[in-house]
Amino acid sequence: MSGNKLSQQLEERFGDQLKVSGRGATVLCAEIAVEHWLEVARVLRDEEEFSFEQLTDLCGVDYLGYGQDEWETRDATTEGFSRGVDALGPGRFRWKELPEAQHVENRFAVVVHLISIRHNRRLRLKTFAGDEGMPIVPSLVDIWNSANWYEREAFDLLGIVFEGHPDLRRILTDYGFTGHPFRKDFPLIGNVTVRYDEAQRRVVYEPVEIEPRVLVPRVIRDDSRYKTDDIDLAAGQAEEGAG
Amino acid sequence: MAEIRNFTMNFGPQHPAAHGVLRLVLELDGETVVRADPHIGLLHRATEKLAESKPYNQSIGYMDRFDYVSMMCNEHAYVRAIEQLLGIEPPVRAQYIRTMFDEITRIGNHMLWIGSSGLDLGAMTLFLYAFREREMTMDLYEAVSGARMHATYYRPGGVYRDLPDQMPLYKESPWTKGKDLERKNEWREGSLLDFAEAFARDFFTKVDEYETLLTDNRIWKQRTVNIGVVSPERALQLGFTGAMLRGSGIEWDLRKKQPYAMYDKMDFQIPIGVNGDCYDRYLVRIEEMRQSAKIILQCVEWLRANPGPVMLKNFKVTPPTREEMKDDMEALIHHFKLFTEGFCVPEGETYAAVEAPKGEFGCYLVSDGANKPFRAHFRAPGFAHLSAMDEMVRGHMLADVVAVIGTQDIVFGEVDR
Repeated sequence: MSGNKLSQQLEERFGDQLKVSGRGATVLCAEIAVEHWLEVARVLRDEEEFSFEQLTDLCGVDYLGYGQDEWETRDATTEGFSRGVDALGPGRFRWKELPEAQHVENRFAVVVHLISIRHNRRLRLKTFAGDEGMPIVPSLVDIWNSANWYEREAFDLLGIVFEGHPDLRRILTDYGFTGHPFRKDFPLIGNVTVRYDEAQRRVVYEPVEIEPRVLVPRVIRDDSRYKTDDIDLAAGQAEEGAG
Repeated sequence: MAEIRNFTMNFGPQHPAAHGVLRLVLELDGETVVRADPHIGLLHRATEKLAESKPYNQSIGYMDRFDYVSMMCNEHAYVRAIEQLLGIEPPVRAQYIRTMFDEITRIGNHMLWIGSSGLDLGAMTLFLYAFREREMTMDLYEAVSGARMHATYYRPGGVYRDLPDQMPLYKESPWTKGKDLERKNEWREGSLLDFAEAFARDFFTKVDEYETLLTDNRIWKQRTVNIGVVSPERALQLGFTGAMLRGSGIEWDLRKKQPYAMYDKMDFQIPIGVNGDCYDRYLVRIEEMRQSAKIILQCVEWLRANPGPVMLKNFKVTPPTREEMKDDMEALIHHFKLFTEGFCVPEGETYAAVEAPKGEFGCYLVSDGANKPFRAHFRAPGFAHLSAMDEMVRGHMLADVVAVIGTQDIVFGEVDR
């Protein structure tokens, strides 16, 4: 699609307010500082050269543990299979043993996918919520009404607060749920389980009994093999352009 | 005089017209809806988080369980996202097979939709008719993947296996025998393609049958015309896609506008509505079924004439065949690595969307270079549609809520994810 033309238009119109990336990819990505979030969004909807009429998708991303490898493959160790066991992936701990909060710069991001019916093109917007303890991003509901439930979802699952949202309630999790389940420091097994208790004749909440376990460790292998379909060629190539 | 207050009522989660587990809190003034507040999440399974904890190729099965009446379309979005990140293209034959099965899925989905939303509004017969044909789409699923619903048939790099040369036949049983058995097996004597062709050719007359039952039916029109009207501007604002958007008169279909698989080679048309009410959306979906059958016929013709590989031969992503694995050390190693560790995907992010029967089903993947997605997010069409419920039913009567739920074609597997 006409990704290059759009990136040019964006850079001319907004200058330093946004950073364009992913020119070769299928969808162009524009990173916007959180203070310009609403301003840029409004222009993208209203001005003719952009006219992104629809917000198709909005989601939050928690960047805690980005690029972390549970199975070190760069150095040889003598420990063999013990390499894959002590890591901090969400599948490896319980609710009681939550890991200590690590400080991560720009931990929470909000990612929006826009579509322009008129120009037949898509755009991805991304902004990082500053404070990781209380991530706040202005709400897009007034600009695109479809953001309403998506923002509720991002609030519910990742705890991102959308300022100016008319009705910021939990949406997917249970009534009275604690925590934000899609954060990377929330255990994969969850915290409570629900069942009907025959004796008490009501539904009871109990701590989960499942053992946390990970069947396949997270591995990052740097190589250039996906650059070509031909394996023999790829195997012989140097490690340039990995990732 | 006594004070008259609005009445708040729970619609669902155990209501036959709630299409699953929708809890709709309705504020009623007499029989008029003043406010509707859908409570969702009763089927929330945190699929996105589960997908983040598993290698890429182990999550395809979860995709079937999103919109559990249009399984392969969901797989298609996910598989396409992985392929985009890896920078691979499946073979042409696989693309044709995907196109064909997307359309079979569309017919299957619309069958369920027309049956159940007809049933909600009092058209009992149609339900039986529609499920008769839906059964055949299930049979096609079963013949190709072994599963009638949750197929896990699309894989990164192609499809799991080629189309079978023999369509399974019904065996004689107390329920199927004599003439009935002959009739059921009539189309199944040949290959899967023969069956798909016979089904698609005959399907046009079947759609006509549904139309005679509904299109001019007085009761059906009374229940749907001018109900849940959405203007084109509002439809865009509310994030509508698919038939919901086209019903409001916007000509937008990803198969035409941003073609994927083999849709740019297909000859078909996009039906659009005029008034944006439930009746127009019904007409749009009816016509979509005819167009789907047309696409299936085109795919069958091509697939007959062009045998070839259906899976990319790239052992870093796709597993080697059994024969290769038993014969070749390299292949054995690749097989072992693929099934224990999976494949690593280059760092980056992507968004792949397909025109699922209900609208745009999208998959947003963030990869940090690992064998598991760092973040997987799925854009379900039903989620955006349901969020407009309040606006669509406000001012309507209580009975029209059922019509609106029907027209939105809600499936909770994808709304709650």
